[in-house]
Amino acid sequence: MSASSKKATGNVSLARRAWSIRRHALNMGKVQGQGYIGQALGVADVLAVTYFHALNYRRRDPEWEDRDRFYLSVGHYAIALYAALIEAGIIPESEIGTYGMDESRLPMSGMAAYTPGMEITGGSLGQGLGIAVGAALGLKRKGNPAFVYNMLSDGELGEGSTWEAVMSAVQWKLDNLIAVVDFNNQQADGPSRDALATEPGTEQGKWAAFGWHAQEVEGNDIEELVKAFDRARLLSDRRPRVIICNTMMCKGVPFLEEREKSHFIRVEADEWTKALAHLDGEMPP
Amino acid sequence: MIPPNSRRMGKYAPRSGPLSESGEKGATSAMIASLDSEGRETIDTPFGTALSELAENRPDVLGLSADLAKYTDMHVFASAHPGRFYQMGMAEALLFSASAGLAREGFTPYATTYAVFASRRAYDFIAMAIAEENLPVKICCALPGLSTGYGPSHQATEDVAIMRGMPNLTVIDPCDAVEIDQATRAMADIPGPVYMRLPRGKVPNVLGKYGYRFKPGKAQMIRDGADVLFISAGFMTMRALDAADALARDGISCAVMHAPTIKPLDEESIIQEVSRCGRLVVAAENHSIIGGLGEAVAGVLLRNGVNAQFRQIALPDEFLDAGALPTLHDQYGLSARAVTEKVKKWMGK
Repeated sequence: MSASSKKATGNVSLARRAWSIRRHALNMGKVQGQGYIGQALGVADVLAVTYFHALNYRRRDPEWEDRDRFYLSVGHYAIALYAALIEAGIIPESEIGTYGMDESRLPMSGMAAYTPGMEITGGSLGQGLGIAVGAALGLKRKGNPAFVYNMLSDGELGEGSTWEAVMSAVQWKLDNLIAVVDFNNQQADGPSRDALATEPGTEQGKWAAFGWHAQEVEGNDIEELVKAFDRARLLSDRRPRVIICNTMMCKGVPFLEEREKSHFIRVEADEWTKALAHLDGEMPP
Repeated sequence: MIPPNSRRMGKYAPRSGPLSESGEKGATSAMIASLDSEGRETIDTPFGTALSELAENRPDVLGLSADLAKYTDMHVFASAHPGRFYQMGMAEALLFSASAGLAREGFTPYATTYAVFASRRAYDFIAMAIAEENLPVKICCALPGLSTGYGPSHQATEDVAIMRGMPNLTVIDPCDAVEIDQATRAMADIPGPVYMRLPRGKVPNVLGKYGYRFKPGKAQMIRDGADVLFISAGFMTMRALDAADALARDGISCAVMHAPTIKPLDEESIIQEVSRCGRLVVAAENHSIIGGLGEAVAGVLLRNGVNAQFRQIALPDEFLDAGALPTLHDQYGLSARAVTEKVKKWMGK
C-alpha cells in the first residue's frame, strides 16, 4: 500500500469502507424510494478498493492536477460513486438527503457539471474508455505520471466504440490506463450472456487477445481486488490494464441478493430501512 | 425485393456504347472531388498549412485524424509536427472521445475526418464527450455537402442540419482558401467546440481580391447590389459572386452577403441588410434545403417580423447521384450557370 493511499484510508479497513459505501447508497435510495441500488451494492467493494487503496487524490481539491483520473462511463452508477465520494470526504454526507432532488448536486445520472469528483458525463455508454484514451495520451504529453481509471459495465462491452478504444490504447502503449469492468451479468433487457455472448469467463481472453494486461477477479473479494489493483498499477510493461470484476448485484443485503435479478431492482418503501438495519447488524471492524 | 421508388430501379436499364463519342474524355466520376474553379488561382492545402503555422506558437494545438489525414490536409501538419499528430485509426467514435480526453487535459485538438462520418456516425460522441462540456475540440471535416461525386456514402448533404442542432457548437462553412487559412487560426480562440466544413487540396482563392477578413460570428457584404441579395456560405459564395457577374450583364444587380458562421448566425447584420431595401433574398448553400443556412435565415427573418421575398438555392431532400462534380452541380442547381438561370426566372427575365 502506497503512502498516499494509507493516508486516505487511515486506520479504517477496506471492508468497513465498502460497508459505509453501501450504507450511503441505501440512504440515498431511501430518499427517492428508488435508484440503481443493485449496482451500488454490487460494486461497493470495487469502489472501496479504488478510492481507499488505489486512487491518488486530494479530497479538498478534486481538480488537483496530479490526481489519478476516475471516469465513470456508467452514469446510472452515480448513486454508487456518490456514496464513495461521500465516504472519501469529497461530498459532504449532509447532502445525502438531496439525492435526485431539484437543485441537488447529486442527480440520478452522473454528470461532470453537477458533482465534485465526477470527472465526465456518463450515461451514453461506450464513451468513457475513448475519453480515457485521450486523457491518458494528454497526461503522457505533460509528463504527468497519474493514472486514468475508467469504470465500465459488462453491458457497455457491447458498444463497438469501447473496442475502438481498446485497440487504440494498445497502439499507444497506454500503461497509464486502467479499465475496471463491473461484470454483474445484467443488462437492461436481461443477462449479458443472452445479448452479445458476453459472460464471465469470456472477457479476460478477449482483452488479452487485443494486447491488454487482463485480470478477471472476484469483485466482492476485497483481498483479491487489492492484489489485482496492485498488479495493474505496478506492472512494468507498457500495456494498458483491465480488471474484470465479477460482482453480485445487491451484495451485502441477503433479501435483495435473492431477489430476481434485473437491471433495475425494485425495492419496496419499507425495505430501505430493513436493508439498512441488516447492514447495521453486520458492521465490519 | 426492391422497395417502391427505389433508386435501384434504374440499374436494370442497359446503357448503350461509349457515352462520350466526341473523342474528348467525357465527364467522369474521377472528377469527384474537385471544385471547378475556372479562371481562379488555387492555394494548396490551406488548412494543413495554417494549422502547422498556428501550432508554432500554440503548444496546446494537436492534430488527430481517423485514417483520413491525407484526405483532409492534416498530413501537412503531421509532417510539420510529427510528435503532435495522433493517428486514431478508422475509428470515429474514438477520434472524438479521445479528442475530448486531450481537451480535458488542457490541449486544443483539431480532429479531421469526412463530414459524413463526423455528423452521421459520431454525433453522440461529439455531443456528449465534447459539446456537453464545451471542450475546445476543433472538428474540421472534408467533403461537406456535395463536394464529391462518389455517392451518398461520402456526400454530407445534411451535416449542417445535424450539427446546428448541437448546443455549444460553432458551425463554420468557409468559402475558400483565404477563409480556411483565417478560420483555422481564429477557431483556436473560439471558446468551446467548432465544426468547420473543409474544402481540401487545391482550394480556390475567391475572397482575396475583396480584402476579406474572417470574423467569427460575422456575416459580411462582399459586394452590394440593388435587386437581389444573396446570403450564402461555403463555396456557394463563389457561385453567387460568379452568378452576380453574369446577372449584371442581364441588368440584374446582385449583392452578396457571405455568412460563413452558420451558428451562431449573425442575426443583426442579416436583419439590417434584408431590411435595407426590398431586394429578393436568395439564400444559397451547399447543403440540403432542410435545416441549413437557408432555413436558419428564414427563421431569423420570421422571428423578427422582417418581410422579404425569400428563395432558397440548396440541394434537394434526396440521396444524390454519383457522377462528375460539375455535372452534379449543374444537375442539382449549385453551378454558377444554374444559379444564374434560377435567379433570372425568379426576377421574371
